[in-house]
Amino acid sequence: MTMPSSLGGRLLAEPIREFGRAGIFLVTAFARMRFGPLQLGEILRQVYFVGARSLVIIVICGFFVGLVLTLQTHDTLTRFGAGDSVSTVLALSLFRELAPVLTAILFAGRAGTSITAEIGLMKATEQLDALDLMAIDPMERIVQPRLLAGVLAVPALVMVFNVTALLGGVFFSVYLMGSDPIVFWSKMQASVELGKDFMGGLLKSAVFGFLVSWLAVYFGWSAKPTSEGVALATTQTVITSAIAVLLMDFVLSAFML
Amino acid sequence: MTSSHQIEFTAGLFLLLGIAALVFLALHATDGGALKGGGYRVVAEFSNVGGLKTRANVSLGGVRVGSVESIDLDPQTFSARVVMVIGDRYHNLPEDTSASVLTSGILGDQYIGLEPGGAPDMLKEGDKIMITQSALVLEQLISRFLFNSGGEQKK
Repeated sequence: MTMPSSLGGRLLAEPIREFGRAGIFLVTAFARMRFGPLQLGEILRQVYFVGARSLVIIVICGFFVGLVLTLQTHDTLTRFGAGDSVSTVLALSLFRELAPVLTAILFAGRAGTSITAEIGLMKATEQLDALDLMAIDPMERIVQPRLLAGVLAVPALVMVFNVTALLGGVFFSVYLMGSDPIVFWSKMQASVELGKDFMGGLLKSAVFGFLVSWLAVYFGWSAKPTSEGVALATTQTVITSAIAVLLMDFVLSAFML
Repeated sequence: MTSSHQIEFTAGLFLLLGIAALVFLALHATDGGALKGGGYRVVAEFSNVGGLKTRANVSLGGVRVGSVESIDLDPQTFSARVVMVIGDRYHNLPEDTSASVLTSGILGDQYIGLEPGGAPDMLKEGDKIMITQSALVLEQLISRFLFNSGGEQKK
């Protein structure tokens, strides 16, 4: 197929080609999927690197998001005499939107970049070729564990984010503003649906985890094997992940409501 | 090998933390916790339930004793059939308890308020509450007021 020659056509065609390449990459990765004890160990190792080591940033950010969200809603809702509904607003906005989206974007910045840089450098230093020479499939050994680790790690991180954000909310609402803790929790329990609100958020976070790790692995894999190329790929991971997560968030929310 | 084992252990610990957080949230921050501890179902028929929704509170004297499980239209009588679950702790409600659809505050949610009667027999699973009072619909209230006051003037 001949590529369009005009500037506008090329600007439009390039992202579409990139998307196509990322899709082909993903299909290849899944087509060569193989499970074994070695693979499982490698997935766990990656869960440690991308998940457990992102805990600190998730805990800190979660706490402050909960804090500021409660501060803002408390101020607004008490104006309308609905101060009791603070916990409802907090829990619903966290479970449905904020926790999955913010965690995914933080995950892209904390773990996605390191995946991209790692794979990009592996490529630049010809480690991937070395694996190939040893008859080890780099798709199976490098790409797949990182893809699956993202799907496992992000939902776990989102849950931790939820808990710490709720703690932040409790801290502000109950300890600083003196609301009744029983009202706080019972209002929340009465208005948050387990199936729709909570599990919906869980599904979202698994999708986001997959999306971010897919993009991170792909950009590392397709990076130019130079220091500039790796730098560019790392930037692309963050930007594209943020766009993809927010876009996918809208699509998923529209389907769930 | 030790460090590799340690990494796997930490990863497992991290995933367990995620699962623990999930269970905690599901039980303490959502309506999932209400599922534990049984209850019994009673049915009440209203001619109009207003804006009552499923999962609305059922309360007695301001204390939450249960929740609305389903709202259906009875095909024969064309009245709204409300099934509510009442916690097992409140098993000693008299049989002639009455139910009415009420609103908490001006903008609040609608809920079902129970008023205990004096019968010696208790409500059981599947029983029907006979005395009910429908939701107040503002338009009907206003029109009734207008027609009544019009009638008085003629006299």
